[in-house]
Amino acid sequence: MSTKNWPLWEVFVRSKNGLEHRHCGSLHAADEDMALENARDVYTRRSEGVSIWVVESKHITASNPENNGEMFEPAQDKVYRHPTFYDLPDEVKHM
Amino acid sequence: MSEEQIKSLEKQFEARIARDEKIEPKDWMPEKYRKTHIRQMSQHAHSEIVGMLPEGNWITRAPSLRRKVALLAKVQDEAGHGLYLYSATETLGISREEMYEQLHTGKAKYSSIFNYPTITWADMGAIGWLVDGAAIINQVPLCNTSYGPYARAMIRVCKEESFHQRQGYEIMIKLANGTPEQKEMAQDALNRWWWPSLMMLGPTDAESIHTEQSMKWKLKRKSNDDLRQQFIDQTVPQAELIGLTIPDPDLKWNEERKSYDFGAIDWDEFWQVVKGHGPMNKVRMKARVDAWENGKWVRDAAMAHAEKKQERKEKQAV
Repeated sequence: MSTKNWPLWEVFVRSKNGLEHRHCGSLHAADEDMALENARDVYTRRSEGVSIWVVESKHITASNPENNGEMFEPAQDKVYRHPTFYDLPDEVKHM
Repeated sequence: MSEEQIKSLEKQFEARIARDEKIEPKDWMPEKYRKTHIRQMSQHAHSEIVGMLPEGNWITRAPSLRRKVALLAKVQDEAGHGLYLYSATETLGISREEMYEQLHTGKAKYSSIFNYPTITWADMGAIGWLVDGAAIINQVPLCNTSYGPYARAMIRVCKEESFHQRQGYEIMIKLANGTPEQKEMAQDALNRWWWPSLMMLGPTDAESIHTEQSMKWKLKRKSNDDLRQQFIDQTVPQAELIGLTIPDPDLKWNEERKSYDFGAIDWDEFWQVVKGHGPMNKVRMKARVDAWENGKWVRDAAMAHAEKKQERKEKQAV
């Protein structure tokens, strides 16, 4: 008999059409069908969702905050990616 | 890591919290921060789960369908809150099974209030009104705590809990305006739940060993005594409004402090219950352990079924 514990799943809920799915928590379930049903009961008891994604937590690859420097700092000195970097004469109103 | 490096990381860490930055699961954190959060968050989760038992006792005997659906929804919310909190705690690197193990062996605590029996229907009113009332006072400041997953779970919990207190108070209003026997039943429930509810907000500041560190980490924003005073000041007028009497002969409005003075709390009783000698400690724990052990075959069968389904899928794919 297997004594394996139920794996962990991450739950993403779309609150209404037009909005993205958002991570709202995790839960344990034996398989994907049970994960969806449990997610409905745990995270949408008050109509918080119109669509649910579940994914087994082990399939998520996350960046490591210790590497945040090399990961995200290169974007910080690229001010020319923002519209405010460019000089315009005051006469130009909408651009 | 050298001791010096750890010291410097700790300093940066404390500075982040002081700046109101949130700490997320994969961030570096001092071991003590991790341990304290595992302790408090799992204790909180256990309280939600054990907290279903005293009320579950009355679901089948609710006096009307309206009361029954409300109580059922409340108990279901408590299961949900326990699950949010368990999953938030797991982000700190402890498994669900380890947490259950700690609860079942008595290593982890849960709120002492759930070790009192629910002997009449009025207890459902008193629990919603007083116990959830005290819990909300405790929980609202936690929506701003420094650990991200805990703060997010608490925001959901607080949003959902506001109906819990109202449904309890409504039960009390109804009973207090009913027959003399019903009013007496409501007063009796208030008499029994009042002092345990005050104790639920924790030992006095002088005795509370974790307060200072917890304040620094924003695990606590107000001291136990301040929370208790807040609870008393808000609850006394609610009792007066429905004609019930708070069972404390020393309770008196203090015009100077703009607060109620109140009588001495029997802390011996509190510590007795915390140590496992309350009226229902053994019954509560037995119910949890039985549920876990008797459910084992179901968990195993579900897992075996999932594995079989997966194998079949893989075979078809070949």
